[in-house]
Amino acid sequence: MPDDLTDGRIVIVGASLAGLRAAEELREQGFTGSLTVVGDEPHPPYDRPPLSKQVLLGVAPADSTGLPMRRDPKAEWLLGVRATGLDTLGRRVLLDNGESLPYDRVLIATGTRARPWPNPAEAALDGVFTVRTREDAAGLAAALDAGPRRVLVIGGGFTGSEIASACRERGLEVTVTERGPAPLVGALGGTLSKLAAVMQRNNGVDLRTGVTVTRLLGDKAFTGVELSDGSQVDADVCVVALGAVRNVDWLADSGLAAGPRGLACDAGCRAFTMYGIVTDDVFVAGDVSRFPHPLFGYQLLSLEHWGNAVIQAEVAAHNMVSPGPLRRPHLALPTFWSTQFGLNIKSVGVPTYSDHVVIAQGSLEARRLAMVYGYRGRVTAAVTVDMAKSLDYYQHLIETGAPFPPPPGAADRAIAAEIPIPSDVPDPSVLSHGPTVALTGYLPDRRLTVV
Amino acid sequence: MQTVVDLTRCQGYAQCVFLAPDVFRLHGEEGLLYAPAVPDDQVERVRQAAAACPVQAILLGEEVSGGAR
Repeated sequence: MPDDLTDGRIVIVGASLAGLRAAEELREQGFTGSLTVVGDEPHPPYDRPPLSKQVLLGVAPADSTGLPMRRDPKAEWLLGVRATGLDTLGRRVLLDNGESLPYDRVLIATGTRARPWPNPAEAALDGVFTVRTREDAAGLAAALDAGPRRVLVIGGGFTGSEIASACRERGLEVTVTERGPAPLVGALGGTLSKLAAVMQRNNGVDLRTGVTVTRLLGDKAFTGVELSDGSQVDADVCVVALGAVRNVDWLADSGLAAGPRGLACDAGCRAFTMYGIVTDDVFVAGDVSRFPHPLFGYQLLSLEHWGNAVIQAEVAAHNMVSPGPLRRPHLALPTFWSTQFGLNIKSVGVPTYSDHVVIAQGSLEARRLAMVYGYRGRVTAAVTVDMAKSLDYYQHLIETGAPFPPPPGAADRAIAAEIPIPSDVPDPSVLSHGPTVALTGYLPDRRLTVV
Repeated sequence: MQTVVDLTRCQGYAQCVFLAPDVFRLHGEEGLLYAPAVPDDQVERVRQAAAACPVQAILLGEEVSGGAR
């Protein structure tokens, strides 16, 4: 590696939000060397959140969500090229076209993909979709345009709920199946999941909880499903919304601490090897990363959040061109949003890292509230429903380790703010969908094998 | 030109909805829906919306050109 960190060769693997923002930030931080971005999709970086919202509502075509650049990173873009391996000793990224790219430092930002329906033959039926890519969303939007008699959504997480909401807004009949007791329960806990269930049913969703889909029916085209309670639902379109899978397969032989929860790294975005030793030339950012956070017991967090991809990419880029003492830790709080059934849901902190909650402002009946989550007497998260302007205040409480229940802070403090109730966060393994925030413990996934 | 709104930052002040109603609209009380591809005749309005946003959540810019190999 050249002594001058602002020169040399940097390769970014992953050409989505994190990859783009990292490339821009490298130049912003004064990197003048060669910069190559590798992406397996044939498109320049595009935004994914609109794919389950604007695109399905017909507000924007699927191919119109290209991400604007903050500045031109003057990178070479290798699009439609998949990275197949990382030679950490020879410092090369191996590509599926047989070539390899030498690097001095590499950033891994390969993100996630949609978890497919486990039976490949059933998943291949016409009318069965997942939603992760531009092509996925275009296909589903076209299927909805065709006016199906019923859409069946498997999984009541955020993506599944947003898709169900879009279907209802378009006047389409929709059934949602969820293995857990209610939609969004894995992310928000028991109380808000009950509100989510009420919103779905009030908006005409046929919500089936506590059931699993045992079979997708159809010869060539999808015609319906069989459920674990013995019933059958006829539908023309099936959306598989079972959460995400980390794109770490290509790192299997790299010796890095990559596993189902992502690639583990330190607070400075430097990847760990499978022995728990930190590297100094392999960095990681975005959904594929798994990083420690001091506010949550230094457990490794796995996030699937837009905002984290941006902020972590900026920190990683800064650290890739900065000497040790000038490096920054990635300490930003997890934040996310979801719009569904006319409600704007926003979250800060880690709601699943909780034992109790209080409704600090508003009420469930009003469909407008701020819920504060606490763990062992400390505020750890807050979720607002149509009360986004309050969220900054609760973020400050989380960052300062404020006591739970939180002290009076708002003029419209709810009476319920005095009454902590159990947060009722289920074991994620009982849910259909994966959590978008997961506490994944302290250790790299892969155990050391002594040969 | 393309636009993207940092909805983590957005608090639903809706200044953009008044300044560029063809691009931004509210969905419910405070959820924001927008068209990411900005037509030429809307660029100036989106620029104003970006400047007026109280939480500076709107980014307007060119996308990476597809021609790069």
